[in-house]
Amino acid sequence: MKNKTSFSAADVHHIAKLANIPMTADEAEKLEKELGSIIDLVNKLQEIDTTDVEPTSQVTGLVNVFRDDVVDEERMLTQTEALQNASSTHDSYFVVDQILEEE
Amino acid sequence: MLLDKTISDLAKGLRKKEFSSVDLVEECYRVIGEFNSEINAFTTVVDKSAALKNARQKDAERTNSSSPLHGLPFVLKDSYNTKGILTSAASHVLNGYISQYNATVYQKLLDAGAILIGKMNMDAWGHGATSENTDYKPVKNPYDTSCVAGGSSGGNGVALASRMAVFGIGEDTGGSIRNPSAWNNITGLKVTYGRVSRYGCISYASSFDTVGPMAKTVEDCAIVLETIAGVDKLDATSSPEPVPHYSKDLTHVSKDIVIGLPKECFRDGLDPEIKESTETAIKKLESLGFRIKEISMPMLTYGLAVYYLIAPSETSSNLGRYDGIRYGLGREYFTPETRRRIMIGTYSLSAGYYDAYYKKAQQGRTLFIKEYEKAFTQCDVLLMPVTSHPPTKLGKVVDDPMQNLLIDIYTVTQNPVGVPSLALPCGFTSAGLPIGMQLVGKMFTESLLFQVGHAYQQVTSWHTRRPSLLNKMSF
Repeated sequence: MKNKTSFSAADVHHIAKLANIPMTADEAEKLEKELGSIIDLVNKLQEIDTTDVEPTSQVTGLVNVFRDDVVDEERMLTQTEALQNASSTHDSYFVVDQILEEE
Repeated sequence: MLLDKTISDLAKGLRKKEFSSVDLVEECYRVIGEFNSEINAFTTVVDKSAALKNARQKDAERTNSSSPLHGLPFVLKDSYNTKGILTSAASHVLNGYISQYNATVYQKLLDAGAILIGKMNMDAWGHGATSENTDYKPVKNPYDTSCVAGGSSGGNGVALASRMAVFGIGEDTGGSIRNPSAWNNITGLKVTYGRVSRYGCISYASSFDTVGPMAKTVEDCAIVLETIAGVDKLDATSSPEPVPHYSKDLTHVSKDIVIGLPKECFRDGLDPEIKESTETAIKKLESLGFRIKEISMPMLTYGLAVYYLIAPSETSSNLGRYDGIRYGLGREYFTPETRRRIMIGTYSLSAGYYDAYYKKAQQGRTLFIKEYEKAFTQCDVLLMPVTSHPPTKLGKVVDDPMQNLLIDIYTVTQNPVGVPSLALPCGFTSAGLPIGMQLVGKMFTESLLFQVGHAYQQVTSWHTRRPSLLNKMSF
């Protein structure tokens, strides 16, 4: 278990890549210190004795809330509605940057 | 002003035809026209002629059995989907995003006949406690426009304080309804997790987020809650617990209620004026017959650590969907504060760090649940301040990541545990800035919180004060 309070440029670059956030060099540099201080704050957590404590991920106590596998047509969007906010569409498709490269 | 009246008085007046919905809407738009450009409460103001047309329709169709919210102008934090209207979460990442469906809470209010007049400015994505982390202009406090509005539901807070609407729906993940309620002299409720459907609410931290009412009085919040609460098949986390008739139960306060004061909340670091106002409020409650008991909740000192690991982790996941492809702009438009939260969350969930951070925080969360359970064996309701200091000056904390996080100190433990908390006015600083306190209960005890809060508001008048800015207007 690493106890990091400083982030290197490489660390910030790695996290930004995982988080898919485009970043300038200046922005990345600022984050090195900022992330470090936030982790210092949350590291206070390490003082707590959590031996044999189960993690909690939700507090409703509900389990397996199901509905029938039936389409509710009232709630369907038309193709036009679904595409209406996109900046780039083509023949009823959303247009994205190229993913696959030519060999 | 008509907008000084409570929901109950407005409902009566409308039915007696002393005034109309049109009158109410006209008054709202007059105040909006006068002050919104100064305080930046709204991200979208609904077109006035459309709102008036709606109001005329409501006046024509109202009967005595219409909902008490029928014909009343209300506002929504801009994190709620509203079909045909921009929903921005105050972020450029959602530029041009016209909602294609209604959030359940919005649909319920439409069905009750209430009139939406605006979408409200906020800290983007819920990330903040001042409403300065917005891609729209920062929201200003109507009690002192050099100060912040609080957040993240700041737009709601200032609009209600300034009589721009009758009630609002905010969203609270770590204090975002309670903080702006306290800092704008209004009443706001963080509900029990699952009490109100989150369908159509833009998620910040899905296991913490709550949808709740903000208004001038406890009674107003009770009336709004009975309309919006209840299980929703579109939200699998919504609770099947029956919804009590909150407004009817308001005055049935049982004898023998014990109010617990966690001593950790009243130590050094709490502004002396806030401490004094809160102590005066405690004496007032004692004079009403409530028993006061000092208790201890040592886990509270770990609140920020647990919250600021889990919430960013959940938000890093929730905000992963915003890629500018189906709507909006790209991820480079996230503000510095939002980036910090996404990055902290991504880090704490990443390989090698998950156990030390995210899992440890979730274990801490279990200990918080036990801590609150223990506290509620000693009392029925907890009372604590909402913030440790009054509204800050604009610009003071927004660029200081640490100061920004510390504002939440009293409001971040209720959300991981799921318990409800009612924030209400209890005084003013010598500089004229509002002070609020919060009443916390076990899950699904909103009735009890309303009863205690309502009893307090029957013998105090803090909640009736308004910003002096409004005296500039002639009515």
